[in-house]
Amino acid sequence: MAESDNIVVETAEKIFADLADPQTINNDKKGTWQAPLWQALSEAGLPLSWVPDDLGGSGASLADGFALLNAAGRFAVAVPLAETMLAGWLLAQAKIASPAGEMTVLPASPKDRFTLNADGSLSGRARGVPFAKTAKHFAVLAHGKDGVAIALVDGAKARIESGLNVGYDHSDTVTLDKVQPVTLKPAPKGVDQTNLMLMGGVARSLQIAGALESMLDISVRYSNERVAFEKKISKFQAVQHNLARLAGESAAALAAATSAADAIANAESFDDEVYLEAASAKIRCAEAAEKGGAIAHQVHGAIGFTIEHILHRYSLRALAWRDDFGSESHWAVELGKLVANRGADELWPLVASR
Amino acid sequence: MTAALRFDPIRLPEKCEQLRKEVRAFLAEEIAAGTFDPHKPNREDTDVPEFSRRVGAKGWLGMTWPKKYGGQERSFLERYVVTEEMRVANAPTRRFFVADRQSGPVLLKYAPEHIKMEILPRICRGEVCFAIGMSEPNSGSDLFAAKTRATKTDGGYLINGTKIWTSSAHIADYMIAIFRTSPPTKENRRHGLTQFLVKMKQPGIKVNPIGQITGQYEFNEVVFTDHFIPDDHVLGEVDGAWKQATSELAYERSGPERFLETYYVLTELVRAVGPNPDTRSAEGIGRLVAQLHTMRRMSVSVAGMLEAGKEPVVEASIVKDIGTVWEQQLPHRVRDLAAFVEETATNRETLERQLDFAIKTAPKLTIQGGTTEVLRGIIARGLGLR
Repeated sequence: MAESDNIVVETAEKIFADLADPQTINNDKKGTWQAPLWQALSEAGLPLSWVPDDLGGSGASLADGFALLNAAGRFAVAVPLAETMLAGWLLAQAKIASPAGEMTVLPASPKDRFTLNADGSLSGRARGVPFAKTAKHFAVLAHGKDGVAIALVDGAKARIESGLNVGYDHSDTVTLDKVQPVTLKPAPKGVDQTNLMLMGGVARSLQIAGALESMLDISVRYSNERVAFEKKISKFQAVQHNLARLAGESAAALAAATSAADAIANAESFDDEVYLEAASAKIRCAEAAEKGGAIAHQVHGAIGFTIEHILHRYSLRALAWRDDFGSESHWAVELGKLVANRGADELWPLVASR
Repeated sequence: MTAALRFDPIRLPEKCEQLRKEVRAFLAEEIAAGTFDPHKPNREDTDVPEFSRRVGAKGWLGMTWPKKYGGQERSFLERYVVTEEMRVANAPTRRFFVADRQSGPVLLKYAPEHIKMEILPRICRGEVCFAIGMSEPNSGSDLFAAKTRATKTDGGYLINGTKIWTSSAHIADYMIAIFRTSPPTKENRRHGLTQFLVKMKQPGIKVNPIGQITGQYEFNEVVFTDHFIPDDHVLGEVDGAWKQATSELAYERSGPERFLETYYVLTELVRAVGPNPDTRSAEGIGRLVAQLHTMRRMSVSVAGMLEAGKEPVVEASIVKDIGTVWEQQLPHRVRDLAAFVEETATNRETLERQLDFAIKTAPKLTIQGGTTEVLRGIIARGLGLR
């Protein structure tokens, strides 16, 4: 997905290039870039890509939306685009219309749970919720006595303890204490917390893959500019081999994430094959964020460790994204259990299923 | 972007899945008949001529080649499925694998018509075994340092010198080798090497087996003393082998054999931990499966690009780099997890025996067919660093 081959991505890349240039953003200590960027994205209908026209969205395909997230990762975009897309997608599953403005989903971790009370109110607590503080609304997945429900909740009704993730983006604790939702509907069959986490995990995987593509790009460029010991550092074999490994990590992340996105976009349900794709993407992309990011920093030396340099916009965000919607260790345990439960002789048929 | 790597999400077409069923059924029959034991990758009998012929009879050798040479004109993705199923089953593919993957395509491209008509159908029938004569005692990764001479004589060439680390030379009917026909020039040190088809088991060729640290004897030293090769066995341009060597590398480097060599220990570990693994085993298995799945998606993606007529040389090198490092580490990671397997696990002995062999096999995986260092050099060139 390195080249844009669809109109959604083209539109997004143009907006990112104009309004989300990493260096400009990095120099802007007051955050004045945020409002114009969000406004442009909203006017282009991008945050509600996954919401059908009749529910207030722009009705893009799952595939186009995933490609958009990969592009957002390449620019390390720090507005709740992925979060609002996921929230819109979740609401649309229950045919709930999406309001305008920033949204995020609750919960954002497989460990947290929300309860649908008998009086129709919602209770629960979620940690590490991305961009909760700026969200106008939440899309909530809750468990009631009749099964899973999906709700739209007014952001002002939640109690928010503000926090920052490793990449300096908002990652907050959200408490709902018997909050009456704006709208509440039962979730359709096949939409549950695990599948929401897999969907979020694939979104994060695509963003990580995009960030790694950019880390490779700027690291290669820097190595061709920086001179040490009287030659460009790109001419040192040790540096070349490090960059080759970074290319490998970037490639692995891209392959895992785009494959999982393609699997979800073309699947009728979240079966074992889709589970393998989505869980593997999150695991492998998280590993790549660690290994690849370390190499990008090594190539840049001290300058890449400064707050003035843009490298951290990619490297720290990629690391932070590992934590959302289930970390790699969480998914590794779950995938390992699935594989063990299917049995040794069913492992290869699962891996070779497509 | 300076480096646009592509790994499109390629899916195997429906016809591949039908073929996969046929291959699995065939292998199950062969296992039931005692041709080979899938749990014993370390067996002695890696050369099983009758198995080769039965695979050939199925139409699974040279399957992408033109029908007039005995091929099936099937897709590269179908060949991919056959290759991975054979590999995962630990089938004895030694006798035909090199010919099918590498030597046949070289002959298709560079051999004169009468030689193609003579040899390619025999490869497809599983009757002939090929070796590759590249390395020499003082020329390994540095291919263009090769010194074995091919001296022009009446009607052909006389070969003198030594090839080494030549897998299967002791059972091979043919070898495709590079020999020096001219000295390198000042401008081009790669000039002067020519590719030849060598008929083995002929006067002037002596094959000396070399023992490996696994206890097997798979590679050899091959000594040529005034061995005669006729003119029509020259493959391609005299002195110009360097122009021919690179284009096939994408096929050679990105296949499923580049990450499945030690796969059997993972299956056996899953069997040993049983259906309810503890957290540590589950996490370890989950990570390995995620890495394996990713490797395969990358490899299938390159296969799809090759099928589409592209030349993803950098992507293929990345697959071999990551794949071989992974399959090299796999036995050690499985060993970590196997330390906690219950004494009572019924396959404990099998797992231990397999680990013993896989750990001994592991060092070669990042050396054979292009070392990790060479691959990273190719990737670096693709990134615009050299």
